[in-house]
Amino acid sequence: MSGARRLLLLGGIALAILGMGYGLWYAVFAEHQELQEIGASLATGFAGAAQRNSELAQTSLVRYREAKYNYERQVDAHGHWIGLAMLLMILGIGFDRLGFSERWKFLLALSLFLGALLFPLGVLLQTLNHGPIPRALAILGSALVIVALAAVTIGFARSRTST
Amino acid sequence: MIKTPSSTKSLFLRHDMASFAPLSARRLLVLGGITLILVGMFFGDIFAVFVLHQNAARVGRSLSRAAHAAIAGDDSAVRSSFQDVGAFLENRGTKVDTHVHVIDFGYLALLLAILQPHVAFAESRKRRFAWLFLLGGVLLPVGVFLIHYVGLLYSPLKSIGWASIFADVGGLFVIVATLSYLAGLWKHFQSAERISVQDELMADRSASGRMLLVGGLLLVLVGFAHGAYYAAADLYRHEAADYTILSHLAAGAAERNTVAVDQSLADYGQLQGDKAVKIAAHTHIIEFGLLAMILMFFQPYVSFSETWKLRWAGVFLLGSVMLPLCVLLELQYGLLAGGLADFAGLLVILALLAMWIGILRYTGHLDAAAGAPE
Repeated sequence: MSGARRLLLLGGIALAILGMGYGLWYAVFAEHQELQEIGASLATGFAGAAQRNSELAQTSLVRYREAKYNYERQVDAHGHWIGLAMLLMILGIGFDRLGFSERWKFLLALSLFLGALLFPLGVLLQTLNHGPIPRALAILGSALVIVALAAVTIGFARSRTST
Repeated sequence: MIKTPSSTKSLFLRHDMASFAPLSARRLLVLGGITLILVGMFFGDIFAVFVLHQNAARVGRSLSRAAHAAIAGDDSAVRSSFQDVGAFLENRGTKVDTHVHVIDFGYLALLLAILQPHVAFAESRKRRFAWLFLLGGVLLPVGVFLIHYVGLLYSPLKSIGWASIFADVGGLFVIVATLSYLAGLWKHFQSAERISVQDELMADRSASGRMLLVGGLLLVLVGFAHGAYYAAADLYRHEAADYTILSHLAAGAAERNTVAVDQSLADYGQLQGDKAVKIAAHTHIIEFGLLAMILMFFQPYVSFSETWKLRWAGVFLLGSVMLPLCVLLELQYGLLAGGLADFAGLLVILALLAMWIGILRYTGHLDAAAGAPE
């Protein structure tokens, strides 16, 4: 088995476990509390409006925005890690059919693995830091995956033509 | 019917009698995995037709009640309306989670089935992990589905009910089984005999397999490009609009401005619809692409003629393109696009069911050959 295939298969399973482990931790320790915060802050915001207390309404809606921002990113990171892990494993299984040299195959596998790791990580880090670095990490990760996947598609098409 | 030359066929059957034997880990994971996907897709179609839109309308009505209660200064009615919103959203959320998890466990089961010859454990051990995986793959979605109905009844915990606990146990089973297979793979890579593992599934270069591979890759690529475009053009705009519209809604209610409240409610409904169709199109096109690529590996097990395998692959890909496209068009064309999306979902389910039946026929051939005298 080539290094590229091994990287995609082992890396894919490891990422799937990371994604599932994170999902399990999140479901047990954080999700319910976060969903309660979303619901409670929204209800308090409108209760504030009913009491003509615009300050309470505004601060509650800001809390709602923050909680929803975090919740959506946590769920996205969990889903994307597992989804990308499955893509790595599928590609890993059939990677020997790719019409490229071993060196190129390894570079593509590395790019796919790094992209699959970094993109959800960047999304997740946005919950801790609203600055440009996590966003740049997510963009870099997604670009690595998309470019490598486009090259893999060409590689499979080449191998098909050559056979 | 298998249309391969008899000598090749018997050689292939002999090889698969070991790797695809009755109740072997691979057979359990293949048939169990496709069953999970079929159940998840069927559940998704039922949910889309009978629950999704009705539930969204109920959420909208409750939000409207909350806003109008705020105009009237009725604090308790506001809170009670938001309790309804929370219940409707939980109902929707748990059903979406059930749909997604059961399908994803099916995908993972199929991937683990492909990897079985490389897992360096005894067959009996691999079979136990396969049962554990499938048990977890059923327990988690069933637990998630029941969360809305069981709630906190008899729960020993403050915010987590029994259904959630069982769902988490199911998730743990899946993680343990997957980790064990990873350990088996690691052991295989460390062993000296790893080069001797041969798998007929990897040698398939049939036209239906190629069609599924290239079609699947293109679907995934289009889905990624659409996701990147969504993240760049819509994600932050949607998030900002969500907060702004709700702020206007609350401010309008505080000022007793019914016109402003009704306008904000309409804007909010439009925003949620726009967001929902874009995310649904993105996830479905990628999921179908991944599934097409996974199914490519199992084409040697689908016991139909190559012509019929090509037809079912075509039906699968047609449904996979149509569904996300029609979902995207739902905001412009309403029920017509929604109906077509449901029909496309049915095409995908039919094609997958046909492949499942083809694999079941293959197991019949194998078992009959295993029982026949030499």
